[in-house]
Amino acid sequence: MGIKICPEPFDPWQEIQEHQHSAKEMAGKFGATSIFIGTMRDFNEGDDVKGMALEHYPGMTEKQLEKIVAEAVRQWPVIDVLVVHRVGDILPNEPIVLVAVWTSHRGDAFDASRYIMEALKSRAPFWKKELLKSEAERWLVKNTDGYL
Amino acid sequence: MSIKVRYFASLKESIGRSEDNLESSGLATVGDVWHSANPNKALPDNILIAVNMEYVGLSNPVKDGDEVAFFPPVTGG
Repeated sequence: MGIKICPEPFDPWQEIQEHQHSAKEMAGKFGATSIFIGTMRDFNEGDDVKGMALEHYPGMTEKQLEKIVAEAVRQWPVIDVLVVHRVGDILPNEPIVLVAVWTSHRGDAFDASRYIMEALKSRAPFWKKELLKSEAERWLVKNTDGYL
Repeated sequence: MSIKVRYFASLKESIGRSEDNLESSGLATVGDVWHSANPNKALPDNILIAVNMEYVGLSNPVKDGDEVAFFPPVTGG
């Protein structure tokens, strides 16, 4: 299991490759890998967005992510999980979050990764502040429900 | 008793500081901590609360050495 908070840009494909390569004990055991990558858009709510500052609560963020991953492991037969989340100043087209789940069968991989992502969205203490093209700044008020 | 209070994101900006260190007796709950640190300000709607990095409610008890955090709904991912 891996949880990483990244203050610098990260390459999700490289993270997946390195994690899978280092977890040699799961070679031959997993048949499904579900990958979710959240990437910063250059638009939101009808406005052009040129950047974003992502704040977090060091310590609590990791603690909550560990709890969320543990909940997923209790509910589905998960072989491995990798969660990577950016903090700091982010530009459009940069990855914000990666959730990768390795399981024996696809249903569990889809369900566990969706669960982790939705729980992260509602419980992990991160906050986004957008910098608009107009130079105005605004905090995002609430995450939308991904199941709606 | 000694309580560390932390604020994040838009709440931190509206309050104008990121933390308080309370040295006070008579703080029984998280609600007492808020009112002691912010005597003239009602706790805004929708604010989330954590004690020692676990989510709690306003009536949750506090003890010496606790870290109490107040912050708006989270918007990561």
